[in-house]
Order: sequence, then C-alpha cells, then structure tokens
Amino acid sequence: MSGHSAEEVRAHVKIYMMVFGALAVLTVVTVAVSYLDIAVGPAMVLALLIATVKGSLVALFFMHLKGEVRAILWTLLLTAFFFLVLMSVPLSGYLDSTSL
Amino acid sequence: MSVAIPFNSEPRPDTGLYNAKLGVWLFLASEVMLFGALFSTYILLRTAAVEWPQGSEILDVPIAFFNTLVLIASSVTMVMSWASLKMGDVGKFRLYMALTILCALIFLAVKAYEYGAKFSHHHYPSDSTFLAIYFTLTGLHGLHIIGGVIVNGYLWGPGLKMWKSDPERFTNRIEVAGLYWHFVDLVWIFLFPVLYLL
Repeated sequence: MSGHSAEEVRAHVKIYMMVFGALAVLTVVTVAVSYLDIAVGPAMVLALLIATVKGSLVALFFMHLKGEVRAILWTLLLTAFFFLVLMSVPLSGYLDSTSL
Repeated sequence: MSVAIPFNSEPRPDTGLYNAKLGVWLFLASEVMLFGALFSTYILLRTAAVEWPQGSEILDVPIAFFNTLVLIASSVTMVMSWASLKMGDVGKFRLYMALTILCALIFLAVKAYEYGAKFSHHHYPSDSTFLAIYFTLTGLHGLHIIGGVIVNGYLWGPGLKMWKSDPERFTNRIEVAGLYWHFVDLVWIFLFPVLYLL
C-alpha cells in the first residue's frame, strides 16, 4: 500500500468513509442483538460473527491487507493458526468435561 | 562518515516491504498472541465458573457503546492522516492526527470514569473472576491506547520535522503507527461484545 500514488489514495478516501459507516451500523446491530431474547450460546456466536465482520473490515481496508504482499499474508496465516490453537486449548477441556 | 540505513523507504527485494512495515506486522503477530492468551484465559475462567454474570448487569453498555464509536472514528482519522500525507497535504495530516489523539484521550477519559464508577461501588478485580479478567483485559488495552497516544503525539509534534528532510520515510512512519492503532481498535471490537454484552 505504501507504494500507491496520490490518485489511488484519493480514490480510497471514499471507501474509508463507507467502511466507517458500516462499522458504526454493525456496532449498533451488535448492541441491538444483545437485547434479543436468545440463549447464551447462539448469542455468543452471533456477537462474535458480527465482531469478526467488523474486524475484517478494519484489517482489509484500514490496515490495507487487501492487496498486501505475500510475506505479510503468510505471517498472518501462521498467526491465525496459533491463535486458534490457543483458543482450542480451554475449549477442548470444556468439551471433554461436558462429554460433548 | 554516516551510513544510510537501507530499506527505510524503498522495499527490500526479498520481502517486497520496507523494513519498518515488516517489523510492525511481526510485532502485531506477537500482540495477537498476547491478547489471544488473555482471551483463552477468559474462555477457561468462564467455562469453569459455576455462575458467570452477564456483562450488561455489571458494566455500563451505553458508555462502552459510545467509546466503541469513538475508537472507530479514531481509526478513520488515523487512516486519513496517512492519506493526507500521500496527497502531500501536511496541514490536513496535522488536523486528522490531532483528531486521532483527541479521540484516544476521550476514550481514556471515559474508561477512567468507568473504572471510577466501579471502584466507588466497591467493585475491584479481587471481587470475582469476571471483574479480574475485565480489569486485566481493558487495563492492558488501555495501556496500548496510552502507548499509541505517545507515539502519535510525537509524530504530530517534534517528529514532524522529518517531513521536510525525508517525506517518504515520514509517511511510512505514519503508516506503521496506523497499523498499530488499527490493531488496538480491532482488539476493542472483540472486547466490547465479549465483556459488556455476553
């Protein structure tokens, strides 16, 4: 992204504003969903799904991951893998204890 | 005789990136694991707890909702400060960077108010595992905000003199500072529902 010309950056400004709007709307949706009368499990999945969409928007457009070089994408893929391993450790223990 | 540090502005042939950018991404990878360890701890504590309070029963959702919007707005002003430099408008850079710092300070002030309200109701980290992980996660996140304010403040003020001597390198500095700042925003995007709403 650092190599982009002024014209390309100018074109991106509109996208930044659209992403800002989407993030604000999704934040309202996150809070609205929490007031719905749904069980903890599905509520958790829904909230994390919305957060993942919001996080992806930030990473893709504000952090310019969209169109980023392979060195960074591979680094992040490896990071995501180890992050999931970290999350799976307590979850696997919980699933074992509940015999699911 | 001074020797210029290579790949400050131009990309390295093997990575396709200037060095600071690869460096900050590797740093952010380590940050993912730092916060990941604490999120993992949260899951462990929550699944092992006999009872777990809903965040909204203890914490102030409207105020955290406001803070979420403030942090999202700061991400936009941060990326706009970088875009302004790419378009050669240093005046707008200063404006957007000042707004980013202002948003960060508002976020911290609101967080301080929240902490104060908790302490005045005698809610301390030692009271429950929920409050312990709440203060740990938000406290660590708050420290990251403070770190960002210091770096952004330097780039807005004394660090700006590099714009005259090496504008491309300065623009790159803003880009990597922005990557860090967006990551801090991204962490909050997950902290908000996990702690306040679920």
